[in-house]
Amino acid sequence: MLVKGIKSRPVYTGLGIDPYARRHIFTIEGEGVEAVLDQVKTNGSAFLATSEFLCVGTATRLEALKPHDLWTAPTIPILLYRLRAMLQNAKMGLRVYISGTEGFIGQVMQVAIECGIDFNSIRTEHRGSEARRVQCVHCKGITDDVKTSPFICTHCGLSLLVRDHYSRRIAAFQGVCIDAEEPGTAPAPELMFP
Amino acid sequence: MNIKFRQETFRHDFTARNSPENIKRFPFPFHEDKYMYSVNMEPHVPAGPKGYAFENMIDVDEHYVAEMQDRALVLKEDPLRCQALPHMMQAQWDTLELLMEHQAANYPDHFSLTKNGDQWHWINRPMNIDQKFTFGDASTLPYEPMEYITRQSQGDFCIVDQRDGQLWMDAGMVTTQADWSLDFDIGMNFMEWHGPVPLAHQLGVFDRALKFLLNLQQGKPVRRLNWTMTINPRLDTSPENYPKWAQDRLTVTPENVGNKVHLRCELQSLWRLPRSNAILFVIRCYLIKMEELVTVPKWARRFHRVLRDLPPELVDYKGLTRFRPMTVEWLSKFDDGAPTSSGIFPD
Ligand code: HEM
Repeated sequence: MLVKGIKSRPVYTGLGIDPYARRHIFTIEGEGVEAVLDQVKTNGSAFLATSEFLCVGTATRLEALKPHDLWTAPTIPILLYRLRAMLQNAKMGLRVYISGTEGFIGQVMQVAIECGIDFNSIRTEHRGSEARRVQCVHCKGITDDVKTSPFICTHCGLSLLVRDHYSRRIAAFQGVCIDAEEPGTAPAPELMFP
Repeated sequence: MNIKFRQETFRHDFTARNSPENIKRFPFPFHEDKYMYSVNMEPHVPAGPKGYAFENMIDVDEHYVAEMQDRALVLKEDPLRCQALPHMMQAQWDTLELLMEHQAANYPDHFSLTKNGDQWHWINRPMNIDQKFTFGDASTLPYEPMEYITRQSQGDFCIVDQRDGQLWMDAGMVTTQADWSLDFDIGMNFMEWHGPVPLAHQLGVFDRALKFLLNLQQGKPVRRLNWTMTINPRLDTSPENYPKWAQDRLTVTPENVGNKVHLRCELQSLWRLPRSNAILFVIRCYLIKMEELVTVPKWARRFHRVLRDLPPELVDYKGLTRFRPMTVEWLSKFDDGAPTSSGIFPD
């Protein structure tokens, strides 16, 4: 069931600053800060003057760079709420960047796509843990930060195998009951996505 | 053609089976004694002996009424099996038109369609439906157009939109699927939704198939056959309900193989739609018990050989691991080693 290089999973090719964008919106989670610092190292800091940062987690090292704007949200949903409002009023010439865990990237993308931004235009870089956001195909509930397979669905309690099949629309991998053939025979969870 | 519709079930007591005449029209998916993925598409035109599943391009058979009842039960439990993204409304009307026109033209005893400008009158006798509506005005139907007509048409349906040199699965009615989720896959492109399929990506099957489909012409539909196996005549083998049907796989014994194990064939047809330029993908599912299949000696021999020699990746992907050895053993009694004729039709 695990498919290496599965076509449904996005490829995160890096933040690569767009020199033609008039406005840069960065959404950054945790270790995603490092991806921005790497950009400054290779491309210089000129882009910061037209950059707005929406962060979750500590962003003091970004603040020190004095970008045009920086705001820190206590949780991801709060960041997404503000982002949605910003994108709905956005004009041409805007570029969205995302860096952090895969679950964070997926959720920001989801909002951006819903606001009419072409997903191909979004620059992404995966930083931090390999943990996955997984949707239970049976009850449709989503569990964040899944590090093991199988894991227990936080909504319906089934023991789920984590597949590589990924939905951009749902921003999650697919979880399928692992012991459906013989209930009660689920193997012990194994650390797969540290 | 007057079809006698069976009263039967595809769940719980599983009374569904094929009449002897229906066995002969089964779309048998193997043209030779081995199987591997390929770009197996051919023009969707009438073919085979009289009355075969390829006689009419939208096939209606003796299971029609019972299948529509099963679909209604699935939708009642899980409305997410039927979804359409907002930009697909024109393609929904294209789909309604195509299915109504074909069913009315080929089965006039059972369906009729009368048009007066945009004032349409549809009669579906087996389901006791008489509906006047305005073509193009969704408020004149009890459901959105795709849901309306696919609650009255056998098979699953995906409508794929064509943009940026890709196909996008942006609408569908999917209640008789071989273990994939519309709710999960909706909005994906051709390469993405085929992501889980083993070997075929590396063989270049999907690159070539996509290129072909992007050039599909209106009025020139194509078809392909796909297959898997199902325990009991169960139409709804969805991932959503996997915990409800997975245990069936452990109920197979050497004594009940003939009755429990089914070959499941999907007659898939692809149609360019006129107004929306989308493609309608019809996945018409046929189930046949092993004991029914072996009444055609050629099919018995061939399926024994195909199943025995199937590549392990396909055994795993199609979920056959648990009951394949027992089924091969059972089928071997019907294979005397004689050569088989080429092509899918019975001798
Ligand atoms: C545009 C219409 C099509 C749609 C909507 C479609 C959809 C699907 C879906 C949803 C699956 C299941 C994947 C999974 O495991 O989650 C599948 C499997 C597959 N598809 Fe398609 N498909 C289409 C056209 C084609 C064509 C033209 C080919 C031609 C080569 C093809 C070849 C396959 C194969 C080989 C499999 C694996 C089937 C098995 O072993 O059971 N598909 N398709």
